[in-house]
Order: sequence, then structure tokens, then C-alpha cells
Amino acid sequence: MEKKATRVAYGEYVAKLGDTNEKLVVLDADLAGATMTKYFKKAHPDRFIDCGIAEANMVDMAAGMSTMGFIPFCSTFAVFAGRAYDQIRNTVCYPKMNVKLAFTHAGITLGEDGGSHQALEDIALMRALPNMTVFVPCDAKETERCVDAAIAINGPVYIRLARLPSPVFEMDMPFIPGKVNVLREGTDEVLLCCGVMVSECMAAAELLAAQGKNVCVVNAHTLKPFDEEGVRELAKKHKHIYSVEEHNVVGGLGDAAAAALVNMDGVELTKLGMQDVFGESGKPADLLRKYKLDAQGIADTVMGK
Amino acid sequence: MDASIRSICTQVRRDIINMTADAGCGHPGGSLSIVEALVALYFEKMNIDPKNPKMENRDRFVLSKGHAAPALYAVLGERGFFSTEEFKRFRQLGSILQGHPDMKRCPGIDASTGSLGQGISIATGMALGAKKAKKDLQVYTMIGDGESQEGMVWEACMAAAHYKLDNLTILFDHNGLQIDGSNDEVMSLGDMAAKFTAFGLDVVEVPVGNDYDQVLAALQKPHTPGKPKLIHLHTVKGKGVSYMENNVDWHGKAPNEEQRQQALKELEAQ
Repeated sequence: MEKKATRVAYGEYVAKLGDTNEKLVVLDADLAGATMTKYFKKAHPDRFIDCGIAEANMVDMAAGMSTMGFIPFCSTFAVFAGRAYDQIRNTVCYPKMNVKLAFTHAGITLGEDGGSHQALEDIALMRALPNMTVFVPCDAKETERCVDAAIAINGPVYIRLARLPSPVFEMDMPFIPGKVNVLREGTDEVLLCCGVMVSECMAAAELLAAQGKNVCVVNAHTLKPFDEEGVRELAKKHKHIYSVEEHNVVGGLGDAAAAALVNMDGVELTKLGMQDVFGESGKPADLLRKYKLDAQGIADTVMGK
Repeated sequence: MDASIRSICTQVRRDIINMTADAGCGHPGGSLSIVEALVALYFEKMNIDPKNPKMENRDRFVLSKGHAAPALYAVLGERGFFSTEEFKRFRQLGSILQGHPDMKRCPGIDASTGSLGQGISIATGMALGAKKAKKDLQVYTMIGDGESQEGMVWEACMAAAHYKLDNLTILFDHNGLQIDGSNDEVMSLGDMAAKFTAFGLDVVEVPVGNDYDQVLAALQKPHTPGKPKLIHLHTVKGKGVSYMENNVDWHGKAPNEEQRQQALKELEAQ
């Protein structure tokens, strides 16, 4: 299966859209070579704004530019969502400005840069803001759908992107913002996942099938608005849901699912992810293994190992 | 300054006193210090239409020191953006006049502000966006002296100079006081004109920042091509009300009934 990082898909796609959509401007904070906005910079230098290493100012400048009719995409590392949080809160979300935040290098699959740079709280931060939409695409193709949806929304959107190249699914996946997407039908447990965890969960499903377990894999690409009804429907057919995210289990996908299930009887939810700890340096595969977020680790957890 | 402008400035001051007294809270001191600047902008300098507050190519104003909202509301109301009857509802439930400016609720507000340091960045983005969109308009923003302790102010100045935003004017309200004391007691600002100059701004000094003619002259002075302009307003906090002038206690406190009457009486005599 072809592999491509969602940040690369984002960078290439927003540059392509810039050919026909003259309202698009891209702002970056000296990370264009990493966030992949370098493609837009090359194709549309007049609409690429380097803000220097000043993320807070970047976000508010984007808000200012949006008042002149532009659709600004801001990019930096997801870990700096916290650094610009006051700006995202008060200047983007409070007045519902048409600003898109496509932040990259989220989660432990950032790898070697270590715990200081691995954003594990960005979903929680963004979900807590009124007016915000939060997307976590699972692959390159879904990243393009998220960018399309972000442009269609007149308001703030956060797109969480990964550094690590991950499989590009060959199957056709319908993308409806705010609706979970069943990727693999199954009669036993549910693996409810997002981002690069989706490919790990699909691989885990294969491992589990070999052990006689027929799990259902569900992609929750929209963390806000969250498909509470869709998750409750799953809980009617399956007794046990595992949420799987490359994020702290506090405030992320697992908690969004918990909120949906809180008044339902007879359903069990287990939150897989970073168990309220920071990450550390290492190869992405080694980190996923250590924190039991690779296919084997997920499968082992479901089998009670 | 002609008599009508003088009476507008006095009326705006009365509005500020009444608004904060009616609400029982708010920020009169830093509102009174910027009255001449806001009147000069909204009554003479800016290309705006109170009947069409969203006019596409209007000039923009961002009150970065958003707590001085009473001054902005008073000027917008007196200029006809909304009824002056709204003043009584300042800070009340359901009012268009929120504690800090809210662009979604109040006609004439170009940006929601209140978290210090942000307005100047928004204005910088507006000015850059206007240039990119080839819109012939001017962007103005008002920052405070205490506010300039926020690092973000300097990020914005750096960007404004880098992108050569000669359609941007930053008004710097230098009254010397902030919530907990004087700037020098809280966090010394040093030579601000030299700092802004070093950041690439074209600094225009206004020795008496509450002298209308001096403020207007600074606003009328053309930009140096390729440079953002910073107007250094040496103002008096609480200007126009004797017991508030240069008194840090009036940063964020409303006058009681007796104090209101005294303030209105003093303003009547001006």
C-alpha cells in the first residue's frame, strides 16, 4: 500500500487549490519545509505569508486577513496550538473568524524530537472552544476531503496532521463531516479510531481475525462536532468499544465517546491512547510499540494480554 | 479645534462617565485618555459610513486596549452607528455594548478585542490583507502602554515593518499608568519611541496627546513610503475629571453617584 504523510497531502493539496481559489492565503511560522506549506509558497509566493517564529502573531494576522475576504490557512507544529491558544480562543473562535489551522507533527509519531514537541493535548484544547470544527484525517485522501470541508465551512477549523508517512487506503471512503465512518464491519468489539491510528487499527483487526475475533473498525475523522448518535448506534450492536487515539486519553476521542455513551447501560468503553503521560524520543514505530498503540499492541489489549 | 469638535469631545467624556456609573463597573481612566484620538479618527480622519458599518472599503479601527470600550462606544454612538440610548445598557445582559468590544454584536466594531496584545496583530493582518487584496484603505489601531508589556505587541511591530505596511497607523496611548501602578513600578517600559523606531516604525511624537489639533496633525501626516506609522500620544489618564487625572485608582473603577455628578459638573465647565 502506498504511504504518504497527511502533512504532505495537505501541503500538496492546498497548493493545488491555490491555482484556482485566489482567496486562499497560507501563513507559516518558519516551518514551511516541515509543515509542507513549501509547496504553496513555491506556487503562490504572493499569497504565502511567513510570520517568522511568532505563532501567536500568525494566528491573529490570519484573522485580520480573513476580514479582507481571504481564507487563511495557518500552519505550524500542533504542539504550538497551546502557544497560540489565547489567540485561537479570543480572536478566531470568539468572533467566529474564517481561519483554518492545519497543524502538523501531532502525536507521538512525531518521533525523535521527543516529548517537548509531541502534541498530545491539541484535540482537547480545540474541542473545548465554541465555534471550532476539529478534523483528524486518517490518510492522504481524507486529508484532501478535510481541506475541502474546511474551505466550505465559514468559520474556524482545526485539522490535525501527522509527520509519519502512513498507508493511503485504496478503498473508497465516504467522507461526511461530523459522521463516523465504518471501515470494517464486525460482530465483536469496536475499534473507534482517528488519524494514523486508523491504519494501525485496520492491521489490528487482521491480527484479531486470525485469533477468531471479528472486530469492527470505525473512523472518527471529525472530533467536533462529534457524532454522538453514530457512536450510540454502535453501542447498541457492540458491547465493548475501544477508543484508539494518538493523544492523551483526557479530552480526546475517548472522552468524546464517553460523553456520548454516558447514559447508556450495558456498554463498556476502554480508552487506548497516551495514558496521561508525555511522550519521549524514539522512532515512531518503537514509540507506538512501547505505548501499545501499534497493531500488535492494540490487538493484544483487545485479547486481554 | 472648532467649537463643535470641542463639544463632541466633552459629550464623549460625559458618555464615558455615565456609562461606567450606570454599569457600576468598567474602565474610565484609559477611556478618558484616548477621547481626542478617537474623535479625530471617527469625526474627521476615517472613511466610514455610520449607516453602512460594513461598507467594503471602509477604513478599519481596532481598539487593541479593548478595556477602553466605553470611549469607543461613546464615539460610535455619537457618530450615529447606533442609538445613544444603548449607552445605558453597557455591560448589561443582552446588550450590544459588551464589557469589551464584540464585532458580532455591535455595529462599527471592526474586531473583537480585550485580551491585550491581540488587536495590533489583527490590525497588522488587516493591513497586509488590504494590500494583498489591492484595497485602498487605512487601518488604525490603539494600543496601551501597559499593553506593550505583552511580547505579542513586538511580534506585530516586527511583522508590520517586515511587510512594509504603510497603510497601518498604530496609536500608542502613553498615559504612564496601568492597573497595579505606574508603568515604572510594574514593569519599566524604557524609551518607547526608541524601541518602536528600532522595530522599524515611523514614530510621530504628539507631546500633548489630549490636544485635538496635535493629534489630528499627526494623523494627517503622510506615511513614509514602506513604513508603518506609530503615533506616540503622551496622554493623561482620566483626562477631564480632576479626581481621576493621573490617578491609578481609576483604571477599572466606576464613579458612584456623587462622583458622577462632580465629574459631569466639571465637564460642563470645560
